[in-house]
Amino acid sequence: MTGQDAPGGSGPAIDIRSVCKSYTRGQQTVPVLQNVSFHIAKGEFVALMGPSGSGKSTLLNLIAGIDRVDSGSIFVSGADITTLSESELARWRSRSVGFIFQFYNLIPVLTALENVELPLLLTPLSARERRKHAEAALALVGLADRMDHKPSELSGGQQQRTAIARAIVTDPDILVADEPTGDLDRVSAGEILDLMAGLSESLNKTIVMVTHDPRAAQRAHLVRSLEKGLLIDAGNGAEGGNGNADAPLHS
Amino acid sequence: MLTLRFILKNLSRHKLRNCLTIVGIAVSVLSFGLLRTTVDAWYAGVEASSATRLVTRNSISLIFSLPVSYEERIRAVDGVTIVSRGNWFGGEYIDEKNFFPNFAVDARTYLELYPEIQLSEDQKAAFLRDRKGCIIGDKLAKRFGWKLGDPVTLKGTIFPGNWGMTVRGIYTGRDKGTDETQLLFHWDYLNETLKKTSPNRADQAGFYMIGVSSADLAASTALAIDNRFKNSLAETLTETEKAFQMSFVAMSGAIVAAIRIVSLLVIVIIMAVAANTMAMSARERMGEFAALKVLGFGGGYLALLILGESLTIATLGSALGCAMTFPAAHAFGQAVSQFFPVFQVSGLTVTLQGGAALVVGLVAGIVPALRAQSVGIAEALRRIA
Repeated sequence: MTGQDAPGGSGPAIDIRSVCKSYTRGQQTVPVLQNVSFHIAKGEFVALMGPSGSGKSTLLNLIAGIDRVDSGSIFVSGADITTLSESELARWRSRSVGFIFQFYNLIPVLTALENVELPLLLTPLSARERRKHAEAALALVGLADRMDHKPSELSGGQQQRTAIARAIVTDPDILVADEPTGDLDRVSAGEILDLMAGLSESLNKTIVMVTHDPRAAQRAHLVRSLEKGLLIDAGNGAEGGNGNADAPLHS
Repeated sequence: MLTLRFILKNLSRHKLRNCLTIVGIAVSVLSFGLLRTTVDAWYAGVEASSATRLVTRNSISLIFSLPVSYEERIRAVDGVTIVSRGNWFGGEYIDEKNFFPNFAVDARTYLELYPEIQLSEDQKAAFLRDRKGCIIGDKLAKRFGWKLGDPVTLKGTIFPGNWGMTVRGIYTGRDKGTDETQLLFHWDYLNETLKKTSPNRADQAGFYMIGVSSADLAASTALAIDNRFKNSLAETLTETEKAFQMSFVAMSGAIVAAIRIVSLLVIVIIMAVAANTMAMSARERMGEFAALKVLGFGGGYLALLILGESLTIATLGSALGCAMTFPAAHAFGQAVSQFFPVFQVSGLTVTLQGGAALVVGLVAGIVPALRAQSVGIAEALRRIA
């Protein structure tokens, strides 16, 4: 399966073009991503792998619009998000991206239902509609009977399901997940991966997941590997890499 | 509603810390209220004074008296409608610790000049009839358990001797600011006794209280009175009752200023405490703020959460402090009633207490709110990881 030959079959959902990113530590500039280019089709479930410090989380943050590129462009559903202002980017995130964190990042004082309802405050929905949507999202992840529980009253797997419900409640085009199973036991991790694969297949969501776990990566349609800021592996895709998007990929 | 619930639920994160901050604000608001009420009590005489009353005294000092013959000459001045005379008696009841203000006054004219002293007609008649009678304020009667007909003996300090008199009336104040801790007795009783014991001190008035037909005439009438006694042996100083009362407050101006400064310092200190609480709360939640930003919430929403929490804490503290102010002021007022006959919490004080708490809430929340707004999402998320 290639980036252009995706399950959704309607062109790239995410198009990354010659992206460079570096961080400054004291006097030193550390390159994190070097001229990375590839694209992900709509409905595709992509795993980003690589050792610590390879730049995979940075790339995920750039795709999700929570960090800025030094150079290059990122097109999501045809729009170049690198040209958006901070407030435009915040609006875009609220509509277009669902983020799943490794440590869930749920609000501890709110119930599961309130946590899931939170992103809907940024929509014009009424309180009743917001509640209805949040209940539906929780039901979708199998937590219909845990809506009034606070995160501390839920297991790790249930908390991550709540976080997934929060990520999908606004019906975004893409989901980004930063090591979503990194803090879970094997059974719970399996359940979360089943859920994400299901979202990709049944709801045609484009999913980009950073993971260290090869078992988790196996559940993706496509695996991309990064090392020292370079895209070194196209998985079973045929295009992408560093520099020219049409250049052959490292194997 | 969800945002409001969110703000309220945030208060439950550190119950002890927030409770202590609320109690701290409450104690500060209470202290601020009591200190302000103390300042108000200082000015109670000024507030209770009338714009149509003048006071004439010896221009050298209040301790020097004026001849009683001045009364008729003052009455003849244009604009003067009534003249009464009086002396600060300064008598003690049993012991100096039982201090209360007591004056010898020309009863008929004095009661006419001070309609705020409310006395029943029969008590007034009994007082006017009995030359050794006196009237006392309701608070004073309650303080010593005095009733009508009770004998009261004052030990003279300025006018030596034991001065026996009988309670003929217990007055109440028409206004909240009326002093109900005074004892008033007949100037004639004082004067006739002095004629026998110290003839050279007789026929002297400590001050004249003067009623004028209109407040607009007060200044010109005061000038006319003083001009009338210019170059005499006892020149006069005539001023409005308000200015007269202010001259007493001015003597303790430094103390009043110190109390005002302390009341403001109390607010500044609690502002620092509340700011510290909010700064700690916000610092602990930087990861959450970053997550909220990822969800698309802007800095304004984060500021709303922080300022909302800060204002809620300040409001709860303020409400508790205001509620405690009334019983505390009542108890404090009773304890210091001999110094502050009127000790009432004013509406302005309660408003200022609320306003001060509002300022504390806003100031305490501003810096953490600004910090939350500027939090870098990627950096904060990296720190959580």
